Amino acid sequence: MDDLLGELSRLGEVRTLAAPPAWRKGKKDKKSKKAQSAPAQWRFLLETAVPITEVRELFAFVADPSEFSITAQPQETAAAAGDAGYGLFEPHEAATHAESGDRYGFFEPLPAAGSGEAYGLFAEMPAAGAAADAGYGFFTDTAPQPAPAGIDGEGYGFFTPLPQPAAAAPAQTPAARPREAAKAKPAGTGDTTIRVGVERVDQLINLVGELVITQAMLAQTAARVDPVLYEALHNGLAQLERNTRDLQEAVMSIRMMPISFVFSRFPRLVRDLAGKLDKQVELVTMGEATELDKSLIEKIADPLTHLVRNSLDHGIELPDRRLAAGKPAKGTITLSAAHQGGNIVIEVRDDGAGLNRAKILAKARERDLDVSDGMSDADVWALISAPGFSTAEVVTDVSGRGVGMDVVKRNITEMGGSISIASAPGIGTAMTIRLPLTLAILDGMTVALGDGLYVIPLNLIVETLQPQPGDLRTVTGQGRMVHVRGEYLPIIALHQVFNLPAAIADPCRGVLVLIEAEGKKAALFVDALVGQQQVVIKSLETNFRRIAGVSGATIMGDGTVALILDVATLIGMGQQRG
Amino acid sequence: MSDTETAENATDAPVGEYLTFVLGSEEYGIEILKVQEIRGYDAVTRIANTPEFIKGVINLRGAIVPIVDLRVRFGLGKAEYGPFTVVIILNLSGRVMGIVVDGVSDVITLQASQVRPVPELVASIDTKYLIGLGTVDDRMLILVDIERLMSSQDMALIDNPEVQNPRSQP
Repeated sequence: MDDLLGELSRLGEVRTLAAPPAWRKGKKDKKSKKAQSAPAQWRFLLETAVPITEVRELFAFVADPSEFSITAQPQETAAAAGDAGYGLFEPHEAATHAESGDRYGFFEPLPAAGSGEAYGLFAEMPAAGAAADAGYGFFTDTAPQPAPAGIDGEGYGFFTPLPQPAAAAPAQTPAARPREAAKAKPAGTGDTTIRVGVERVDQLINLVGELVITQAMLAQTAARVDPVLYEALHNGLAQLERNTRDLQEAVMSIRMMPISFVFSRFPRLVRDLAGKLDKQVELVTMGEATELDKSLIEKIADPLTHLVRNSLDHGIELPDRRLAAGKPAKGTITLSAAHQGGNIVIEVRDDGAGLNRAKILAKARERDLDVSDGMSDADVWALISAPGFSTAEVVTDVSGRGVGMDVVKRNITEMGGSISIASAPGIGTAMTIRLPLTLAILDGMTVALGDGLYVIPLNLIVETLQPQPGDLRTVTGQGRMVHVRGEYLPIIALHQVFNLPAAIADPCRGVLVLIEAEGKKAALFVDALVGQQQVVIKSLETNFRRIAGVSGATIMGDGTVALILDVATLIGMGQQRG
Repeated sequence: MSDTETAENATDAPVGEYLTFVLGSEEYGIEILKVQEIRGYDAVTRIANTPEFIKGVINLRGAIVPIVDLRVRFGLGKAEYGPFTVVIILNLSGRVMGIVVDGVSDVITLQASQVRPVPELVASIDTKYLIGLGTVDDRMLILVDIERLMSSQDMALIDNPEVQNPRSQP
């Protein structure tokens, strides 16, 4: 502020008409300060010969254009007026002045004041007082001066004629034209949002995808020309690459929403349900700001609700049992979300009784499921996702019907995610959902088969290997299998499944990609691995139809189409063939 | 077919502009309003387990668009792709697809009187997919109801729960 005053005084005589009280207190020795009634703002009167634009620029150094306003008084001098935030200011005298404020000004109708205010309050006074404002100027003009008062009410100016012969025309002295910025920035910009249809966003994403491909093509072409001769071209293309990447990220982030949209419904659900079940439960949420694709947000809500209800009903014990087990009476359910690599991990954890291994196994036997006592914990826990499986003795309106976990699992698999269960008796259960960040982009391994390229979702690939002839086994002369680390996995030859001529018929000369989906493993036999890359998923069904074994398509860097393999279906198709 | 029916058919046939194209020695016409654009034939990505006349899919500015070879579909022999082979991109009720033809001739406005009904005959496509036969001087245009044809089940371009899966499982 001192700097500003110093600068102003360089231009001409400065009279400070008002200053915030705190300021005044600290700076008693400041210039002639008239004690004014509205101390929230600074107001100056500057007598100077320089054009108003210069004064404006000076202010622009220290304050946002929307925070001050400057009025020219042709009658006397250019007067600089500035006020904070909402462009409220109070002229106090017939002869007006300049104002500048550091805070949000409030408008007080004074006996002699004209005022401009952001949202259309204005005062009209019998006395003079020229007012100007930044942004949405409503102003009152009273003019004892016969001269066209320097009023800049650009933008949405309303003005009130006064009894006096006021020259209230929107007479804009060239110098009094507010800066564009002052107009462009409405006062008090807060968190504003726009509701836009999803298809528009998708269209934007598509177009940006196209741009990225075009950019890749340009880069490929430019790589053939001499980088020394065409240095400017190469620099430009490098710049383009950065810009397109930024643009793509920015556009992709439009679809992202914080997971708090889902989490926010749980406190109430938990409270209601806990009351109904006579349990004491505290819900802890973590990582609410984690962002994920909007379409995932919508789809994850139901499975999560189910998991939380499960935790409450089956996991958390009644208070007396908890106390007997040496735990606090109040159970805790923790909902957390976090990014891990290209995935989002959502966890529902409770400190309840944990899953009962013996009970699950007994129930599974009852239902003739294929179980044994030697099964690993993970396999046992996976049983609860079997259709119709429930260990609850009593069916309540909360849970126990046996539909649920299988639906949860199916929904999550459909989203391209996975669910894993960890549990320890007496300590609790944690259900961990892993989801891809977005449905629109997939981390894929590109493989070659014949002259075509195919993309396998990376999260479904266990490993890739080139088998030795000794690793290959057959059953009844056909039905080839590969022996990997003690496991026999069926070999699915992609060219057979797709009825394509085989470029390489011998698995030992090609590559086996071990894939796993829905708990089944298989070895997919392809010609070669091309590389790992992120691909944008495009639906085949928009203009075409579903193709068995193909979940979608994508566009490669050279503009050609590559098909994304539907691993789960492929495993099924391979088994039918075998 | 009686004379009155003929007259009715002739007046019912939509009068309008038709894009004409050549397949072998035959000239065909489709409604110009169904055509989105015309482009050269690019490499397509073959799709497994689809009928022979579906050449595959291409990338049309970010959209995945299936390409049908009408010559194969109409049983006019194997198409040789040359520099004049073009793809007509159709927009049929929002679904975009392409048809490979030997060449595009011109756009012709037909009057109702120029459209003759199709006689009952044996062809590789059902006559219900034909609007009529257009006569311009001594040329004969086979006017195809392309929307009906492309959305028919035997084109296998659109999901149909009844025929979808058996095809992919030989």
